Amino acid sequence: MSKHQLDYLDELEAEAIYILREVAGQFEKPALLFSGGKDSITLVRLAEKAFRPGKFPFPLVHIDTGHNFIETIEYRDAMIKRIGEKLIIGHVQDSINEGKVVEQKGKNASRNALQTVTLLDTIAKYQFDACIGGARRDEEKARAKERIFSVRDEFGQWDPKRQRPELWNIFNGKIHKGENVRVFPISNWTELDVWNYIRREKIELPSIYFAHKREVITRNGQLMGASPFLNMDDDDIIENRTVRFRTIGDMTCTAAVESYAYHIDDIIDEISASKISERGARMDDKVSEAAMEDRKKGGYF
Amino acid sequence: MDILKFITAGSVDDGKSTLIGRLLYDSESILADQLEALHRSNRKNDDGSIDLAILTDGLKAEREQGITIDVAYKYFQTDKRKFIIADTPGHIQYTRNMVTGASNANLAIILIDARKGVIEQTIRHSFLVSLLGIQQVVVCINKMDMVDYSEAVYENIVNDYKALSYKVGLKNIKYIPVSALKGDNIVYPSLNIDWYKGDSLLHFLETVELEVDDSKAHARFPVQWVIRPQTDDLHDYRGYAGRVSSGSFKVNDKVTVLPSGFHSSIEKIELLDEEPDEASAGMSVTIHLKDEIDISRGDILVNTQYQPEVSQLIEADLCWMDTRTLDTSLTYFIQHNSKVTRCRIQEILYKVNINTLEKEYNEDFKLNDIGRVLIKTAEPLAFDLYQNNKANGGAIIIDSRTNVTVGALMLRAIGE
Ligand SMILES: Nc1nc2c(ncn2[C@@H]2O[C@H](COP(=O)(O)OP(=O)(O)OP(=O)(O)O)[C@@H](O)[C@H]2O)c(=O)[nH]1
Ligand SMILES: [Mg+2]
Repeated sequence: MSKHQLDYLDELEAEAIYILREVAGQFEKPALLFSGGKDSITLVRLAEKAFRPGKFPFPLVHIDTGHNFIETIEYRDAMIKRIGEKLIIGHVQDSINEGKVVEQKGKNASRNALQTVTLLDTIAKYQFDACIGGARRDEEKARAKERIFSVRDEFGQWDPKRQRPELWNIFNGKIHKGENVRVFPISNWTELDVWNYIRREKIELPSIYFAHKREVITRNGQLMGASPFLNMDDDDIIENRTVRFRTIGDMTCTAAVESYAYHIDDIIDEISASKISERGARMDDKVSEAAMEDRKKGGYF
Repeated sequence: MDILKFITAGSVDDGKSTLIGRLLYDSESILADQLEALHRSNRKNDDGSIDLAILTDGLKAEREQGITIDVAYKYFQTDKRKFIIADTPGHIQYTRNMVTGASNANLAIILIDARKGVIEQTIRHSFLVSLLGIQQVVVCINKMDMVDYSEAVYENIVNDYKALSYKVGLKNIKYIPVSALKGDNIVYPSLNIDWYKGDSLLHFLETVELEVDDSKAHARFPVQWVIRPQTDDLHDYRGYAGRVSSGSFKVNDKVTVLPSGFHSSIEKIELLDEEPDEASAGMSVTIHLKDEIDISRGDILVNTQYQPEVSQLIEADLCWMDTRTLDTSLTYFIQHNSKVTRCRIQEILYKVNINTLEKEYNEDFKLNDIGRVLIKTAEPLAFDLYQNNKANGGAIIIDSRTNVTVGALMLRAIGE
C-alpha cells in the first residue's frame, strides 16, 4: 500500500474518534457506558482525543452490579476526578429493591444478567438516545455481526435479521422516539490492538489486570476470585494463587487466569502467545452456543 | 504493518464462509476455546468433519439454515499484514448486507462453484464490486474437489469470467482454483491441483500491492463537530473537529468552506496535545482557521485550488436496498459525509438488467435493483465524482418514514 498509509493503530484510533464525533453531531442525549474495563477506559482516552479542550458532549454511565472489584470502583472514581466529567451510576441493587429483578440463587448465582434491566431503566430515565460502548467484533461471534451504529427498539432489543445497511463511513443515526442506538467505536479493534494502544498511550489501568496474589477457588474449571458475593460452600477450596484478569466484569462471572505478567509488555507477550480467547474466561458465554446473541436481543450490551 | 480489508462474495452456497473458516483454521488463527466450541457444535459436514462455516455464521438463524444472513467481521494477522475480513451473504434477499461489507473493502474475493460456473448472483456481486470501486478482485473457483480438480472446468470458468469482467468493468483480477472444504490453495499450495503454479490465496493476500488513492485525491475535510469550550481561559477557542477524508492539509494552506464559499487559511492543526504540521487522509484532527467564519457540522473544508462540484442536481448510480419500491413522488433524506438534507429522486434514467447487463427503461425501482437516477437535493452538496474520490462521492438515502437506509448512491455527475 502507499507510503501515506497510516500505521494500523493510528488508523483504528482515527476511526474511533470519527465515530465518537458522529455521535456528538447526530444525537441529542448520548451517553458513554463505562464498565471500568480496559475497553471502556480506552474509549475515555479516545473521547479526550475527540473533544478536548472541550468537555465531553455526554456523561459516563456505570451500571453497578454491587459486586464489582474494589479496584474497579477506586479506579473509576479517581478517573472521574482526573477528567472532570459527569458520572451517572445505575445500581442493580435499586432494581432488586424495586422488585424489577430477582436475585439469582444457588452456587452460580450472578447479577450479570440482572444488569440489563438496570441499564434499560437508566436509559429510559435519562432518555438517552445513543449509548456508546466498548464492545469489539472479535470478542464473540454474535458481536462479529453487529453494526457500528446498532439500532435498538423501544424495548432495547437488537434484531439481528433486520439491521440497517451501513455504507462506507456514513452512519445513519435517525431513530424514532423511544428507540436508541448502541454505538461501538472500537468494533474493529482486536484484544491485542487495545493492549498495544494502551501501551502506546501509556494509559493507566486498574491493578487487577496485572499479576497479583489473590485468594481463588476453582469453579467449573475456572479460577474465581473468592469474595463475599460468590456463594461458596465446603466443597470450595480457597487457594492463594498468582493471577490476573483478562476482562473485568462482575466478580461473580469474571474468571482469573494464572499469570506472572506484571508489566504491560508481559501481557502483550502473553496474549500474543495465548491459545484461549478473552471471553473464554467469561462464565456468561458458556451457557450455550447462542448465549451472547440471546442476551443482546434482550438489550444487553 | 498495514491493514488489508477484504470481502468474500458470490452466490449462495459457493463456499464463502467455509473459505474464511479454512483461511483462519489453516493459518492457525483460531484459539483453543473457539476450536473446542467448533468441535462441540452439532453442525457437521456429511463426512463428519467440522463445518468451518460456523466460525463466521454467528447467528442462530444462520446456523439453523446453513446460510449467511448478515456480514460477519473477522480479524487475523500474519507476519506480513493485518486483515479485516467481511464474510458477506450470497443470498439475493440479503444483497444489502453484501453491499454493507463491500463498501469498505479494498479487495473482493469472488467465489464461483466449479460445478455451476458464472450465475446471476456472480454477475450481480461482480457488478456491485465494480460500482463500489473495489480495486482488486480474486476469483476463487471453488469446490474443485467435486470436479476432479479438472483444469478444463477451471479454464472454462476463467474464460467466462473474463468476458463478464469486461462487461462490468473490472480490471485487476487474479484467478485461483481452490477447495475451501479440503484446503487446496487456501493457505497451502495444493497437491491435487498440480497444473496450477500460482500463489495460494493467503500468499496472494499477503503480498498484493494496492494503490490507496485517498491521499492523492484533493484535500477534503468534512466538519463533524465544532469545539468551543467557552470557558474563561479558552474564551476564543474555536476548533473544527473532523477527519480528513482525502488528500492532505498543511498549516497555512488556503481553504474554502463549502457550500458557503468563504475563504480562509489554516492556522493550526491539533490532535490532543500534538500539533502536527500536516493532516493526511484518514486522520482525525481539529483544525483552526485564521479567520472567524460561520462553520458548522455538515460544512466541508477543501483546498481552495481544487474544489469539488457544488450542486443540487446530481446524477448517481443507485443500489436500492428496501422492500418498499422507490417512490419518485416522495421526499427522502440524503446523507453525504456529515451533511443530511432532504431530496427527491427526480427521475429514473435507467435500470440495469443483471443477466444481460443492458439498460432497461421502466418506472419501478425495486429491492436489489441497480441503475442510474437524477436526484434533486434541498440544499447543495459539495461532492466529488465517486470514480475520482470514493470518500467524498458516496451517499445514502434514508426513508423519512422508517428512518431506514434504503439506497446507496455513487455520485457520478452534475445533473442537468
Ligand atoms: N465439496 C466441497 N464442498 C464445499 C466446498 N466449500 C464449501 N462447501 C460446502 O458448500 C456448502 C455451503 O458452504 P458455505 O460456506 O456455507 O457457503 P456460503 O457461500 O458461505 O453461503 P451463503 O453465505 O449462504 O451465501 C457447505 O455445505 C459446505 O460444506 C468445497 O470446496 N468443496
Ligand atoms: Mg456464508
